[in-house]
Amino acid sequence: MKKNTRRNFLYTAGTCALSGLLFTGCKTLDTMNKMLEVVKIDAGPVSSSQVQSLVKTGQAVAKTFESFTPEQEYYIGRTVGATALGRYPPFNNPMANTYINVLGQTLAAASDRPDTFAGYRFQIQDSDEINAFAAPGGFIFVTRGLIRCCKDEDALAAVLAHEISHVQGKDGLRAIKQSRITSALTIIGLEGAKQFGNKNLAALTRTFEKSISDITNTLIVNGYSRTSEKKADIAAIEILNRVGYAPQGLLEMLTQMQARLKPGTPDFAKTHPSPHDRILALEPWIGPYIPYPQPQPRLERFTKYIAWV
Amino acid sequence: MDRSMSVQVRQGHVRKTPTFLGIIVERLSYGDKVLILKDKGDWLDIKVEGTGTRGFMHISALTTKKIVFNPGDEEAKKTATSDEFALAGKGFNENVEDRFRADNPHLNFAGIDRMEGYGVSEKQMRQFLFKGQLIFKGENP
Repeated sequence: MKKNTRRNFLYTAGTCALSGLLFTGCKTLDTMNKMLEVVKIDAGPVSSSQVQSLVKTGQAVAKTFESFTPEQEYYIGRTVGATALGRYPPFNNPMANTYINVLGQTLAAASDRPDTFAGYRFQIQDSDEINAFAAPGGFIFVTRGLIRCCKDEDALAAVLAHEISHVQGKDGLRAIKQSRITSALTIIGLEGAKQFGNKNLAALTRTFEKSISDITNTLIVNGYSRTSEKKADIAAIEILNRVGYAPQGLLEMLTQMQARLKPGTPDFAKTHPSPHDRILALEPWIGPYIPYPQPQPRLERFTKYIAWV
Repeated sequence: MDRSMSVQVRQGHVRKTPTFLGIIVERLSYGDKVLILKDKGDWLDIKVEGTGTRGFMHISALTTKKIVFNPGDEEAKKTATSDEFALAGKGFNENVEDRFRADNPHLNFAGIDRMEGYGVSEKQMRQFLFKGQLIFKGENP
């Protein structure tokens, strides 16, 4: 009963204040009701500053994944990353991880989205399975199995550039269902000038958990759409060209991957189009495979720092 | 063009030239404001509000929204809609992560913290490109 009374109070306070502030009566009330239904929380009596905050987030219902700030994307990415590391543990060789970070962060600097909230980071995962994940905000994971598909630095650069392209396209955030986005933004609006109360924090954490599930289900279980994968391959070619790598490295890696993928394994094969199909789709952009030169110093550092993993 | 933008990343770099390998002339914090003098593709010719430093910043580090650290402050009250401001440190934040972590102790956040330590400097990048005989064409794409 108490909860209902509070909710009614919020409706009333919100309605009065909103009609005074916005002069849009029914439409605003409808928006408010939708917001409050979605979050299903005990908001408690609201102050005028809280109502003002609600007005400001009044468009939350219509918002998309783009409404998450880079800072929020970062926290989503950390948790998606922690989940990815739960699936395959980190391979903690400092030399190999430093190498992959210098390579990866140089590629990211040449992307269309070089600045994320806390920058791009790369981590090798200790698994023979062929797989890679790009979590929002720039946390990128590559298994030892996938690194073994790369015979040189240009091929490995192609793998990383593909994953950077998923971050650039915010493909992870796109996987979050609209209802979570609406919930999250509504709760943030309810917060007013105060820190989150326990109940609001609990509600927001539930929304967070569901958002993470949306992303990990897409990343790990279902994979992105074929359109997203093709876009990521094409964006990767652009990044490789900007840094000076041969885009042919992507074809080289895919050819190796085709030879190494085992049917029925729970890895890249399940979440990506077949390497053969990707090679065919890339032909108009790269042309057929032709060998590309590999300067000796580049080959030597690849052999020294990472080829052995 | 004479508009203000805010830094939307943890650390924003103002560079001497419009390229990622350009020399950093000032480091800005989340929420700092810059004045846009000229668009130069994805690189913006800017002046830092306060210090007056001139340089270039990549558009991905900036937002037209005001970054508000306290939604009760005057600045937030003055803005009309959420399209015009973003609440720093709100929403999915450290508190939410802490609460989530308490319920999911099996997840490897220590691994993520370690991963965040793998920062790379521009100097390392320049050496990497030079030694690998790579020509960075990332500037002014």
